[in-house]
Amino acid sequence: MNRNYLGEFEELVLLTVAHMNGDAYGAAITQDIKSRTGRTVILSAVHVALYRLEEKGLVTSSVGGATQERGGRRKRVFSITPYGINILSQIRQVREELWQLIPKAIKPSSL
Amino acid sequence: MKNKLHLHPPHWIDRFLQWRLPEEQFEEVQGDMHELYYQWIEEMGQKKANRMYLLNAFTFLRPLPKRADSLHKTNPYAQANSFIMFSNYLKVAFRNIVRQKIYSFINIAGLAAGMALAILIGLWIWDELTFNTYHQNYNRIARMMRQETMDGVRYTMKESPLALGKELSSSYGSDFTSIVIATGTMDGLVTYQNKDFTQKGSYMQAQAPQMLSLKLLKGSNDGLLDLHSIFLSETLSKKLFGEADPIDQVVKLNQTDVKVMGVYEDLPHNSDFRELSFIAPFDLYVATNEWVKQAEDNWGSNFVNIYVQIALHRNLNTISAKIKDIKLAHVSGEGAARKPVLFLQPMHKWHLYSDFENGLEVMSEGLKFILFYGIIGIFVLLLACINFTNLSTARSEKRAKEVGIRKTLGSMRWQLVGQFMSESLLTAALAATVAILLVYAALPALNEVASKEISILWTNPWFWLAIIAFICCTGTLAGSYPAFYLSAFEPINVLKGSFTTGRFAFLPRKILVVLQFTVSITLIIGVILVYEQISFTKDRPVGYAQDGLVMIPITSEDVAAKYKVLRNELEQANVISQMAQSASPLTSMWSTSSDLTWDGKDEVMVADFATLAITPEYGKTIGWQLVEGRDFSAELASDSSGMIINEAAVKVMGLTNPLGKTIRWKGAAKSYTILGVVKDMIMESPFKPSYPTVFFLQGGMNFFLIKIKPTVSASVALAKIEKVFKEVTPLAPFTFQFVDETYGARFATEERISVLASMFATLAVFISCIGLFGLASFTAGQRKKEIGVRKVLGASIFSVWRLLSKEFVSLVLISFLTASPIAYLLLSHWLANYEYRTEISWWIFALAGLGVLLLTLITVSYQTIKAAIANPAKSLRSE
Repeated sequence: MNRNYLGEFEELVLLTVAHMNGDAYGAAITQDIKSRTGRTVILSAVHVALYRLEEKGLVTSSVGGATQERGGRRKRVFSITPYGINILSQIRQVREELWQLIPKAIKPSSL
Repeated sequence: MKNKLHLHPPHWIDRFLQWRLPEEQFEEVQGDMHELYYQWIEEMGQKKANRMYLLNAFTFLRPLPKRADSLHKTNPYAQANSFIMFSNYLKVAFRNIVRQKIYSFINIAGLAAGMALAILIGLWIWDELTFNTYHQNYNRIARMMRQETMDGVRYTMKESPLALGKELSSSYGSDFTSIVIATGTMDGLVTYQNKDFTQKGSYMQAQAPQMLSLKLLKGSNDGLLDLHSIFLSETLSKKLFGEADPIDQVVKLNQTDVKVMGVYEDLPHNSDFRELSFIAPFDLYVATNEWVKQAEDNWGSNFVNIYVQIALHRNLNTISAKIKDIKLAHVSGEGAARKPVLFLQPMHKWHLYSDFENGLEVMSEGLKFILFYGIIGIFVLLLACINFTNLSTARSEKRAKEVGIRKTLGSMRWQLVGQFMSESLLTAALAATVAILLVYAALPALNEVASKEISILWTNPWFWLAIIAFICCTGTLAGSYPAFYLSAFEPINVLKGSFTTGRFAFLPRKILVVLQFTVSITLIIGVILVYEQISFTKDRPVGYAQDGLVMIPITSEDVAAKYKVLRNELEQANVISQMAQSASPLTSMWSTSSDLTWDGKDEVMVADFATLAITPEYGKTIGWQLVEGRDFSAELASDSSGMIINEAAVKVMGLTNPLGKTIRWKGAAKSYTILGVVKDMIMESPFKPSYPTVFFLQGGMNFFLIKIKPTVSASVALAKIEKVFKEVTPLAPFTFQFVDETYGARFATEERISVLASMFATLAVFISCIGLFGLASFTAGQRKKEIGVRKVLGASIFSVWRLLSKEFVSLVLISFLTASPIAYLLLSHWLANYEYRTEISWWIFALAGLGVLLLTLITVSYQTIKAAIANPAKSLRSE
């Protein structure tokens, strides 16, 4: 997993960027995480996470279209890089291995 | 949301974002923010959306990572390591504090004292304002109140007829979530395994635990549905059962078996129900008291409290208007003539808005207290802040050279401002820490005096927010003068030594010192006078002998009937010298009458008399002093139509030769002959003149009075007395009061004023002295060269000291002259509350004045002597 340690929230944001593929920008990500996890998400936290991910090269961004709702302001749309996908699958692999190691007796039956 | 685009997020927040964020980030962030804003509006309305908007915007204050493509155009200072600069400010500030120990100590202590007082008062006010909020239905609970006119006066009362409660449930049930009929808080005898505990409690209907949201530790909310059940407070449960499980245990409540169905967490001190140690079903009260059963449908008999919880979406005022005439509709004749009007009083008004006078709400004592001490708190705090600024500026000259050197070495002005600011913020933070410690130490004493249970709100975010806001305010206010003033110095002037502060800087300081001392002297005079008033009244002869005098309340007629037996047994036990019965305790008069007539009474005259039924031994027991005539005698049966009156009664009746005159109740056939006259006794408030009183031998008795033999110690005697009582009246609880203790409790209010006033006075004097100290150090610094020249020319240390001190003494004299008339006016106003009062004599003023003068000299002498003994060569060297 080399140097790229991802925080829990960063991972969440990165996964959201990945599944929103091409439609991921600050407000949309905030809403998506909120609706999925039910926790209160602060916009600045999402922005900070996005910039960090960009700095690490896990996502790229481009300035995209404006809507009336945004008062005509452009948005910055993020998309995941192949490196980002790579990191995500590494993380998942580690998780999977750990899941396999959990003894049957205490593992929830749905998994 | 058709017109949602008309709604705009607050513009000032957008401007804040624009200021905070780099241009290219601002556009995307603001776009996101607006988009989210409209979603929030749809989800939770504009108010909450605005709050969310603000919260989200302000979190952008966090350090933001720079976007890679914006790095190359940042300003050159962005890479500067300002952290090191800030830590340097703090280091210098810290060194300054440590270097000047006395100065820092005084500065921090003064500010801390002011803050501590402000925090204490703040906590007090918080406690008052959050009264009853322990009950979760606080906003929906109300109690039934009633106004009736009697003898031309409109009375407001909270007791209602029992029938009203039933009427409410049957006809108005839909307006209320629940209705609870309850007795007032009363004494109950709880017995478990032959151990008696007299406890306060109440009988309430079964919904009470739910309505009052009692936190049940054991049992369930509907436990009171069973007729023979009881809920205990945690404390009482521990007292009865220790750690054992109390549920389903059987205890006796006033001799009736009841089963413990629940244990609730003790109610907090700031609840109107704080005293409740047990709650039993109201039906049990009805079942065990015959008179309640008879009064059940009587609308004229008001003896229950009715609490209601308003149903959701119902308005209290509407319901209040709807029910206001229910009682009127059920009474006739005299009852209707009293014009009873009902209304609901919401729970948030119970504590501070329950004082009524002639039907109108008046400002309660509690509210006056809050206002009065709130103002004092702000005032003291302000004085402390100004002192803090003053002391800081007084030393500004010492820092002037530092500023010169820093500027020469390239400090920019805003850096110096930042330095002084961080210094004063640090001092304010230290002071706040000390203040919290002080509050922590002082709270037990305050709670004792105020009989409250206030504690520091360690877990309340508002408390910490207030403290932080306070640190920032004081720090910035106190720091701004030196920060902007000092940082404006021209380095060339200060380093050359030709810098001086203008003369005009003195006047405001002097005015401030005079103001502070005026307050202090007024308070000191007040404290002395309150103390005088208390000791004056305590020295007042009570008219009877209090030592070893014990009162035992008579709980039932059966006990009263055992008087002779008790008396014989106690005399045989050889511990009492006398014993008697009386209808009122010795320290308050329970019955008065204006229906007495006597020989030669002017028919139009109206006079109130205290009327006290006693037994013949009363006089010997309490040791009253006969002026003329004789005492009652148990042997003479004719004494049952005799009366003894006090001197005040003689005066009111206008009798020159009272013995043998007759007195009768208006309209009654029986007449009483005056047998004797006794000296006035204090049987009511010691601050009031004695009531004209008549003593006679008939009527219901409520108290035993026992005079313990002077040769027997009180504890031994009481043990024996209790034993006798337990044998003769095994069913009645045995409680007693010492007359002198009960009498002493009559001074509680005045003693509380005395303690609080001396606390305030001490603080005010302390803060004033700090102000004076600041002024003295300022003056000493200013006149350093003058003193140097004087000393070179031959002035002695004493003459220099006198020269410097004279100025301050005159300031204090001015304060004294201002304070005296103010104190005189305020205190004569206060004394007018008391009918029995001391005089405001001149020595009180003299004492206060001399004390303050002495304190002034001590305070300034530190500075003046230091200035006087300084080597003139040092102060004149730079010329």
